[in-house]
Amino acid sequence: MLAETIICLGVNHKTAPVAVREKLAFSSDCTVPLTELKALPGCEECCLLSTCNRVEILLVAKEGVTGSEEAVRRFLFGASGITLEESRQYSYFHQGSAAITHVFRVAASLDSMVVGEPQILGQLKDAYRAATEHQATGAVLNKLLTKAFSVAKRIRTETNIGGSAVSISYAAVQLAKKIFGDLKDKKVLLVGAGEMAELAAEHLVAQGIGKVVVANRTLERAVKLAQTFHGAAVGLDELVPQLAEVDILISSTGATDLILRKEEVRPVMRQRYNRPLFLIDIAVPRDLDPELNDLDNVYLYDIDDLKQVVELNRAERQKEADKAERIVGEEAIKFLQWLEAMEVAPTITALRRKAEAIRDAELAKTMGTLTGLGDKERKGIEMMANAMVNKMLHDPMMFMKAPVPAEEKRAHLAVIRKVFGLDADGGDSAP
Amino acid sequence: MGELFQLTVLAYVAATITYLVYFSSQNKRVRGGARGLLLGAGVLHTGYIVARYLASGHTPIASNHEAVSFFAWSLTWGFLSFRWRYQVKNFGVFVSPLITLLMVIAALSSRHIVELPPALQSYWLPIHASIAILANGFMALAFCGGVMYLIQEWEIKRKHFGLFYSRLPSLEALDNLNQHCLAIGFPLLTLGIVTGSIWAKQAWGAYWQWDPKETWSLITWFVYAAIIHQRLTVGWRRRRAAIMAIVGFSAVLFTLWGVNFLLGGVHSYAG
Repeated sequence: MLAETIICLGVNHKTAPVAVREKLAFSSDCTVPLTELKALPGCEECCLLSTCNRVEILLVAKEGVTGSEEAVRRFLFGASGITLEESRQYSYFHQGSAAITHVFRVAASLDSMVVGEPQILGQLKDAYRAATEHQATGAVLNKLLTKAFSVAKRIRTETNIGGSAVSISYAAVQLAKKIFGDLKDKKVLLVGAGEMAELAAEHLVAQGIGKVVVANRTLERAVKLAQTFHGAAVGLDELVPQLAEVDILISSTGATDLILRKEEVRPVMRQRYNRPLFLIDIAVPRDLDPELNDLDNVYLYDIDDLKQVVELNRAERQKEADKAERIVGEEAIKFLQWLEAMEVAPTITALRRKAEAIRDAELAKTMGTLTGLGDKERKGIEMMANAMVNKMLHDPMMFMKAPVPAEEKRAHLAVIRKVFGLDADGGDSAP
Repeated sequence: MGELFQLTVLAYVAATITYLVYFSSQNKRVRGGARGLLLGAGVLHTGYIVARYLASGHTPIASNHEAVSFFAWSLTWGFLSFRWRYQVKNFGVFVSPLITLLMVIAALSSRHIVELPPALQSYWLPIHASIAILANGFMALAFCGGVMYLIQEWEIKRKHFGLFYSRLPSLEALDNLNQHCLAIGFPLLTLGIVTGSIWAKQAWGAYWQWDPKETWSLITWFVYAAIIHQRLTVGWRRRRAAIMAIVGFSAVLFTLWGVNFLLGGVHSYAG
């Protein structure tokens, strides 16, 4: 069957350690490997994807040719010094519908290290472009890969797979957005200049936060960090007055005691006209009084609370991934149906060609013996032969095109091929 | 006409169910369907009100059935007009059940067409009653926004991330929604009281006669005036504004029904 000619061999972050993957990776210029792949015996179409997390080859073998897997395996592992036996434990091999599903999953970022990250789709598109530039793809791969891109797009719009990333600082930004909506005109105060605070601030800046202020025990370090964010630096003793101005506070000092208490913040809230204040405490031991959360319009999150958000994101992602898998399954079935229709078409062509060849040969023979016919008579005989062929073929054509289940369709095709002898002579040559 | 009303209620029920399905699945196509259904219900509803106007010969805001149905109608179109201006995620999920609830109440009350006493046959009836009930529609929207705010705030504050956290919009957006609804609803409420007072002068010769409905409208007006005053002066926004929107809406509901059933007076619908 045509579907079974689609094979996929590769390694990824799950099956092979980086030491193995880096031996197999191809450079960005795919001219040489694609040319070699095309030259493999039995290779009809091919495509090559090489990223830091995966190297894989997608190939459509010529129908009836066996041993493609081994040829591809030799090609992939040949230069790495890994034996074919060893290669089996590092790689995965898919054929037919499994290969189709795999391609869809890769494109939709379901097979990625960080599920839902969007880069892989771009990488796959680049790989496809390279393959088309080298005329390595044909009808099947063109259809399969463009389908994979549209499946990825569908999953991106219908599920929230790319919606929630999994890191503490991302979770903080996500919460800030749930509280403030737009971060454009908001200010963040970093207390302590730790690495985590810096990372969270970077995220906030990327999301368009209005202004960054840094407060630190040593003013020098504060000034330095403030410069990287084009912000201002203040001393630690200005902490409470600053609270009237800022909207988000990220605290990560090494202090052993609390640096901000409920009683200090309560009067500030009145001064702020109850604009909300989002306090993030990523220090261990904690910097901020846990009771601060009891104040109206104050939202206090410590590191454990943020971890909880991360967990939530992870669970949410799993749910979305399940939805995405369902879409992949659905689309794979549609693609298989297309492949099946593809197989009816060549049979119809073959049958028609055979009949037309017979017609032409018989016409030529008859016309040779009949002398003294005018143009009008010749035309009439040709038209009659043509009409007979068309009418004879009509029923078998309908038989093949009939909408029946896949297995039955294959049986129908087999009958037609046998009855009309399409396989014996390829259906191309005249008898 | 009865069939038209039933069809309208059915369309609202269908829209509500679709919104709830959307809330659980978050499938954008379902949302599109829900919006379409609600719009269709709004159109049917408009048709029903017009039909009733033609049948009775006066603006159909004279019985409990008509007033509540008009209330639901103004809520629907208030919501749809908001949708057209700016988006509040999953707002429809909260508004559509309220509309349906109102329609069920309308369906349960007598649909008998009342004959208006001569004193009430005036062009002030459509002006006063429709403005007053339109105001109610926007207060109801503020109420829905307030409920959404409190749910979302509770989840963020308690760090309990349930069904709503990811589905509801940001607190900021909900607070803005509250403000927008009051900015439209409060002037309408004021105008409703003013027009009612002018009509009272025409019908009974006095601008104000401390009819229970008048008293309660005034109380409602003071509640909302206080909300707006406090927001502008001492920063009553966010959580307190959300709570106040709910308190204000209870005053609206009491003015609409409580007064009729408990206190009587010239506004109690004929019957």
